[in-house]
This record gives sequence, structure tokens and C-alpha cells, in this order.
Amino acid sequence: MDQNELRQWENRCIQEEPPPCTAACPLHVDARAFVGQVNQGHWADALKILHRTLPLPGILGRICDAPCRLACNRKEVGEAIRIGDLERACVQRTDGRRRVMPLPKKDIAVAVVGSGLSSLTVAWDLARKGYVVTIIEPTENIGAALIKRHQPLLSAEIISVEADLLAHLGVGFVTLTEIGTADACRRCLNSHAAVYVGLDAVSGMPWEIGSREDPNRNRFAGATGRDGLFAAGDHPSAVWQAAQGRWSATSMDRWLQKVSMTAGREKEGPFETRLFTRLQGISHLPALSMADEADGFSDAEATEEAARCLQCQCLECVKVCAFLEHFGSYPKKYAREIYNNESLVLGERKANRMINSCSLCGLCEAVCPHDFAMQDLCLASRQSMVDRGRMPPSAHDFALQDMAFSQSERFAMARHAPGTTASRHLFFPGCQLCASSPGQVRLAYDHLRNTLSGGVALMLGCCGAPAHWAGRQESFSAELARWKGTWAELGHPRPILACASCLRMFKDHLPEADVVSLWEVLEEIGIRESGIILPKAPLAVHDPCTTRGEPALQNAVRRLLTHLGVEAEELVLGREHTECCGFGGLMQNANPALAREVADRRGRRSDSDYLAYCAMCRDNLAAVGKRAVHLLDLLFPDPGNSDPAGRPRPGWSRRQENRTRLKEELCRDLWGEQPATLAGYRKITLRVSPEVETILESRRILKEDVRKVIAHAESGGPRFRHPDTGQFLAVFRSSHVTFWVAYSPVADGFSVHNAYAHRMEVLGP
Amino acid sequence: MKNDNVRPDDLKWRCCQCQSDLVVGQVAVTYMNNRFTTDLPHCPVCKTVMITEAVAMGKMAEVEQILEDK
Ligand code: SF4
Ligand code: SF4
Ligand SMILES: [Zn+2]
Repeated sequence: MDQNELRQWENRCIQEEPPPCTAACPLHVDARAFVGQVNQGHWADALKILHRTLPLPGILGRICDAPCRLACNRKEVGEAIRIGDLERACVQRTDGRRRVMPLPKKDIAVAVVGSGLSSLTVAWDLARKGYVVTIIEPTENIGAALIKRHQPLLSAEIISVEADLLAHLGVGFVTLTEIGTADACRRCLNSHAAVYVGLDAVSGMPWEIGSREDPNRNRFAGATGRDGLFAAGDHPSAVWQAAQGRWSATSMDRWLQKVSMTAGREKEGPFETRLFTRLQGISHLPALSMADEADGFSDAEATEEAARCLQCQCLECVKVCAFLEHFGSYPKKYAREIYNNESLVLGERKANRMINSCSLCGLCEAVCPHDFAMQDLCLASRQSMVDRGRMPPSAHDFALQDMAFSQSERFAMARHAPGTTASRHLFFPGCQLCASSPGQVRLAYDHLRNTLSGGVALMLGCCGAPAHWAGRQESFSAELARWKGTWAELGHPRPILACASCLRMFKDHLPEADVVSLWEVLEEIGIRESGIILPKAPLAVHDPCTTRGEPALQNAVRRLLTHLGVEAEELVLGREHTECCGFGGLMQNANPALAREVADRRGRRSDSDYLAYCAMCRDNLAAVGKRAVHLLDLLFPDPGNSDPAGRPRPGWSRRQENRTRLKEELCRDLWGEQPATLAGYRKITLRVSPEVETILESRRILKEDVRKVIAHAESGGPRFRHPDTGQFLAVFRSSHVTFWVAYSPVADGFSVHNAYAHRMEVLGP
Repeated sequence: MKNDNVRPDDLKWRCCQCQSDLVVGQVAVTYMNNRFTTDLPHCPVCKTVMITEAVAMGKMAEVEQILEDK
């Protein structure tokens, strides 16, 4: 990712765009934060927020006509928040005195004519920038015109508090000085570097300032067409007068500093925000009326009114994704973190874990108003980590080892149907269905062979998804190429897939294979109706995340259910908005705890038993105690299991054994081939208590690994013995992991007491 | 990794090959091109090092994690 791409990503996520109220405010007051503080009863903090943007809050806070209300999202579900009234309540609760830090003085004198809101704002902004400002007021009193217009909200005392602040900043006041002649104007211009004329309080006539329509006045804020002369404020709205003063002050400052009058000023004034805020499901609430409109909101009323604020923000993706929520931020920030992670030369790569925890399920993109695809960002970053040799070895190793197992002779195979030499179809059940439900794979293959004409070949193996998810592009391409080679040898039969992840891989990366899902095929050819036991209650359909964007497949599953007579329940987040089970993107490998949380959250969406049509989904739900059946459990029931929804998730070792056994049984029963006899360490019989099973499972140590360690020790490898217990402790390093096993020999094999592993390599003393 | 990783009971284990008691001493370990030494029990004769469950699941796992994110 380069700077440019980062900016594009960041720009997609609009979570940091201002809420509509702020965007509509000519001065961009952070009304959301302000109202939030009022709601907490934190008046002082609320006032601080006003101070950040409002010039002269003691005045403007009382008289603002609140155009923000027209944009407030609350008006779609009730009435706009009374932001202006809350501001008034806020400034009325202080005496207005505060400390302001004047900037170092510049030796530049400017004059501000009139003391209306626009003039006072110009004086305020320029004085804070260090200019020597003089306010020239024709009457006896500063703010006289303002007070007159805004009785009874404003008074001489209120004006004087703010005028004192101006004086403290070094602003000088000259009263009773009418500048009514061209000559006087010229003198004023000559004795000041710049002059501002506040048209909200004095006439522009003697200055020969044109009307608002005069093109001279529209080149930039405050422009008059004359060098050094600025004017504005002739707008009926108070906040607009202040805003025009502010923009004019910016123009004057720029003019005096001889920099561009226009560059970077696009966001001055109201604009339409890109922020999206979901309003569905929010109940209607009218605005709160005050007991006494003249007094303004009481404390309790203000809190209640502020409580109606929706605190507008997007977070659509974070609301539905446990991963995005877990890392405590949102995609715009994540994009930056990922970028930093990549550009880091030395130091801690803090985002590694985050990048590897995404399930790549694409739900964020499906719900985001701007299609932010966190999965694309995370996958690209993983690929770059792999390319730069920066991928933490532990992140995906276990899954990649499992893939290697699936691709080895212990599982992988391809054959035309027994007694045939050509095939129109190819059944490719995928690795994890065979790992979980080998019996049903066999029944499904029988059914396909018996029903489809033209021959149905069988291919066992893995589609390479783990390599893809792990960011290993080279290895993934190699797996696909290998698959393609075998498929070609079989004569390009049409692949029928039972796993949604395989389907996704082939559709996205090998479209020429033109794969079809088992479910669509079964819908077409019909199912064996005998022996089906229907569930007594409705089943909630859990769509695998890899079927997002596959409505035809999702519909086929539902039609199959209807055909069976099963009542299907739709989950809140289903179909194109379905959630991952925690397996996707190898989340389970990189962040097992989060994957469990994801599965658990998914399981709690409904009390009904779930129907899954991906083996990994079913097993992950089962692993967190959610009752779930696989669609094949209904279509090809196992006569030996009367409660398939309660079937526990087979452990990692079991998943490998199931695959090997499936291959052996199929080869023997269908093709008459004798399986190779077990050699070496594989012959070792283990005695493993349920407690130790749990340890092995959670540490992802396979019985295969345990056998290797024991075989190594028993054939003279290093081991230790504990004199009290008589146990042996043996060690064996295979590829990048060192395994330790505590065991004792028993009559028919070995009893395993404990096992653990580490990646660090011990070189020795 | 300091030698508070070695608990008294760890030294009860004996090397089977050499029939000898274990001693605690500097051992070199390496991970992701980083190399350091630390005190660990090992057989003084054949030099086989013993890693206990506590060390493997504790300190070692911690250091592995840190190095992986370097
Ligand atoms: S849905 Fe998420 S990524 Fe999209 S704009 Fe909202 S916060 Fe940003
Ligand atoms: S887990 Fe899914 S929804 Fe969450 S960020 Fe990754 S792709 Fe998006
Ligand atoms: Zn020894």
C-alpha cells in the first residue's frame, strides 16, 4: 500500500465526517460533542467545546438562529434537537470570564468599523492572531446595534464581558467616531494596513462598497474590489454575520501575509456531510418544551433534550463485526494502522495480529454505505507480509500443515467411478466435510453415482483456500494448478462442490472449472426420500459467509428444506448479510479466542437449532455448544446417530483420521484397492484420557505428533525420566515446532500424560 | 529468560541415555534470526536440554510472540 492507496482507503470510510449539524453550521460548531456533554450535565466541558469554534460565545451563544436544526437527523425521527436553546442554556450558566492566550504581537494595525457581530468577530480573530486591532464605533456604545436588535437576550453587561476580553487581547476602542465621508475613509485606509467594514452595523455607502450582488464582492470572503478594504456582515442571520466576519478575517490575514486568497477554503460555510447514520429502528421523539421559554432550559430539561441527540455516526460495519469491534476502532483508522505496519522498518508491528484476525468474510463491505472492504485490505497486507518475509510463522502454520496433509497421499486421490474410464461429473467434497462427516460424503457420492448419468468421478483433496487466506499467493497458485491438472486428467468433468469455501475459491480463481454446488445438483436430481427423520422444530438457516453473493445457492438450500418439509427460520443477519462462523480467513488460527467469540455471537442470534451447509460452520457452532445440523445430516441421515444437532465437533486428530479412513474405505470398497499397511510410528497405540485430549486439542498438537515423539524416544532418542513417577519426557522437533510428550509405556502401547510445544529452537549449552 | 524458570522439582528428572542428573547452565536458543542465552536445565554429558511445560507455555511463548511482531 502506498500513500496514495492509503488516502483512497481512508477516504472511503466516512466515520470521521462531521455530523449533519456540524456540517450545516456556518461556523462548524461540534454540536454533537457539545450536546453530548450537556446530556452528561457537564456544563463546563460543553462550554469548552463552544469556545473552540464560536467567536464571542457569550453573545453568539445567546442569539444564534441555529440553522443546524434544518439538517439535524433527529427531525427524521421526531423533531430537530434544540441546539440553539441548549447553547443559550450553557452560556447563561457562566459569567463568561475566561483566560485567552494572545499570540505574540505583530506590528500591523488594522481597523474594524462598526461593532456588530461581524466586526466583533473580525476583531476577535485578528487580535488573537496578534494584529493591532482598533474598533471604530459611530455611537457612544460598543454593540449598541446588536443589543437593540436582540432584546432581551443581550444587554450592555453581556456585551461588556466580551468587550473586556477583546480589550485584554489588546483591541482598542474608538467610540463616537462616524466615518461618513470619502475623505475620512481614505484617511482610515491610509493609517491602517487593512480595514474591515461591518455592514451588519454601519453603512457601506461612504466606502463605495457595492451590494451583495456586486461581482467585486464575490471573489473571496470580505472582498470589496479595493485593496486593503474588506466588508461583510450584511446577512440577516446572526450566525452568518459572525461567520462572514470570520471568513473576512481569514481573507485579511491572507492578504496581509500575501498568500493565496482562495486555496484550501472549500469547507468554509455549510456543506452536506458524507456521514451516514442509520435511522431505522429509532423511535420518534418530539422536542422538549421548556416550562418557561423566557428563562430557557432548566438543568433537567436540558439533559432530557440533549438525550434525544442520536450522536450521529456510522460504524455500520463495527456494529456487525466482532473483529472490527474487538480491535477498538474503525476501518479508517485500521487502514492507517495497516499502512504503518507495512512501512515500519524497525520496531513492533502492532497490527500483525489485527491483520491476521479478519475472517475475510466481506460483511463490512456488504453493510458499508461506501463499500469499504476490510477483507481486501487485510488480505493484501497478508500477501505483502508473506512477500517481505514478515508473516509471523505461528499465524497460519497449523492450517497450512493441515492443508499439506489433505494434499498428501493420506487423503488426496482422484478416480473415475468404479468400472468406468470417463466422467461427465466430478464430486469434490472438500477437505473439511470429509474430516467431519466422512459417512455422509460416501452416501452422497453413492447417490450422485446412482442418479447422474455420464459417470461421476471422485476427487479428494483441498482447494487451497488456507494458502489463499494466509496470503501465500505462490502456494495457492500451485494448489490450483495441481487441482487443474488432475481435473484435466479426468477429462474436465463438471465439478460438484459440497463446501462453500471451495466454491468461492474456484469461482473467483478458476472460473473455467464452472463449478456447481451439491445443493443445486440435488435440487435438480432429487434426493433419496427413505429414512429421513425430520427435526421437530424449525431450523434457523446459517448461510456460510462464503455464500455471500450467491443467492441462487442460498435459495436452492431453502427449496431443499421446503421439499423435505423442514420449517426454515431466517436469522437477522442472513443471506447477503450473513456472519462468519470464525473459521473464515483462518481467523481461528491467528486468533482462536476471537474466533470462539464470533461463533458464540453467531450462535446466540436465535434459540432454534441451526442448519448449516458448510462442515466448518457446523463444527464451529457445535464447538461453542450451539446445536446445529449439517444439511447432509438431513439428506443422508446417519442411522447410528439420532441427534445429529448434538454431535460434538471432531477434534483435529480425529479430523485427519476421518480423512485417511474415508479414503481407505472408499478405495477398498469401491475400487478394490488394499490400503497400505501402517508403517513406523503410525502403528503406535496411544492411551489418552479426555483431559489430555482437551490439552492436545487446545494446543493444536496432533496424536500424529505425539506418536512421532514417542517413536523417536523409544528408538534411542533423547528422553528424561522422573524417578518418583516413572514417567518419560521426550522431545522431537518436526519442521518448525518442537514437541514434548510426557508418557509411560502400558501393555498395548503408551499412556500420554501431557504434551506441549514451542517454536523457539534450542541450540544447546 | 532468567533462572527463576527452573524449579527444584525440574532437577529430579534424569537423562535416560546418560543416567545422569541435570545441571542448570547457559543454553543458547534461537528464533527468527534472534539468538540469546538463558539458564536452563540440561544433561551435562549428552547436553540434551529439558524445556518444562511452564517454560514452553510461559516465557518462551511470550518471547516468540514479541519476536514475531518485530
Ligand atoms: S461502515 Fe464502517 S467502513 Fe463504512 S463508512 Fe461506516 S465506519 Fe467506515
Ligand atoms: S471479519 Fe468480515 S465484516 Fe469483519 S472486517 Fe473482516 S471481512 Fe469485514
Ligand atoms: Zn544425557
